[in-house]
Amino acid sequence: MWHFCSAAVVRYALHLVAKKQTSDVSFEELAMPLFDSLYNLAAWLSGNTGDAEDLVQETYLKALRGYASFQPGTNFRAWIFRILRNTFLTSRAGLAATRTLALEDEDEQAAPATLDTPESILLGKVDRQAIQAALEKLPVHFREVLLLCDAEEMSYQEISETLSIPMGTVMSRIYRARRALREALQAQQPSAQRTSHG
Amino acid sequence: MASDLWTQKIPAYVDNELPEEEMRAMDSHLRECAACATEALQQLRLKQETKLAGRRYSSSAEFRSRIAQQISAKEPARWRWLWTPALAAALVVLLAAGFLLDRSFEHARQRQLLTELTDLHVANLAASNPVDVVSSDRHTVKPWFQGKLPFSFNLPELTGSTFNLVGGRLTYLDHEPGALLIYDAGAHHISVFIFRDEPEVSRSLSARQSKLEMLNFHIDSWNADGLRYFVVGDANEQSIEELAALLRKP
Repeated sequence: MWHFCSAAVVRYALHLVAKKQTSDVSFEELAMPLFDSLYNLAAWLSGNTGDAEDLVQETYLKALRGYASFQPGTNFRAWIFRILRNTFLTSRAGLAATRTLALEDEDEQAAPATLDTPESILLGKVDRQAIQAALEKLPVHFREVLLLCDAEEMSYQEISETLSIPMGTVMSRIYRARRALREALQAQQPSAQRTSHG
Repeated sequence: MASDLWTQKIPAYVDNELPEEEMRAMDSHLRECAACATEALQQLRLKQETKLAGRRYSSSAEFRSRIAQQISAKEPARWRWLWTPALAAALVVLLAAGFLLDRSFEHARQRQLLTELTDLHVANLAASNPVDVVSSDRHTVKPWFQGKLPFSFNLPELTGSTFNLVGGRLTYLDHEPGALLIYDAGAHHISVFIFRDEPEVSRSLSARQSKLEMLNFHIDSWNADGLRYFVVGDANEQSIEELAALLRKP
């Protein structure tokens, strides 16, 4: 009886240990490769390096503390980016930035109904600094969705997980963010626009 | 109208998010529709420029190593997966302790049993009437137990051996009635106890060898047909074994 019981328990314990060793990756191994991306987004969101460092540090500590609740096999990048974003949104700067978001029509499932005429499109060489300046001026929810989609090359699904919004909202927000970016760029370079008109 | 439908799909096309079929359809549409092709190109360019422009900030190496140090110093995750082996080890220890405890109980139980048997053997021989039925004839001794015991047993013929049946009497072990047969082997008296086999007794004995010793008494024990036999005596081990072997024969 005892022999049987202990043999079964030992076998089960060995099975658990083996399973854990194959599925468990340390937090450090998962989180450090994302450091540059997290720092970049933190700087874009907070707007200065001091706040960005605080934001990144808080994100890493929160994620480390909450790592036990992370489900292995799910998207770690979306998980830690969500922590960074939520940390930012609850910070003073984040709250100030989202006050404008509340006024936006979030449910607008806008799709491009009319095609921009080639004349209105910015054809000149796009200046990187111009884009950066335009991004800075975008509302925070447009800025972050463009950074996740374009700079981080996240899929719509990953963005949906990171921002905790439905896929449809991801698509419409990306569309509106790009339109806003183009408008900002055109506003910055009225001469270029005029040239293309001519 | 059709053009609008295509236009709507351009952002998803640029982001590589259209299903494979629609991706292919869009590819062929773009070859035919200059307006859509221009729009897609513009959006793609903007996406690429945004990608480059978006990767703008990089931290100092010092800050990076500070974070790396902070998370590797704490790393509760390691503790988290140390947990399972620790739990498993604790379980194994617990089971081992249980097993040892069980064995020591069995051992104690066996010692108690052997003590009782040797006591019975000695006390009986010291009594003024060691046997209630005095006979060397197994056909007299065996029927004497009829109606006195809740079981019956076989007594083999031992004539020709060095053992002589002296007689028998009733005895009790753990409130269970049993038969006590006394044999002579030269100057030695040997007691043979027959009881109904109790699983508990069997368990405490079966794991060990059947030949046991207690205060220089030799004891042999076995079970057969639901009965438990004990041969106890101060004769040498060989004699005890010999008698046990004879009794074991059907």
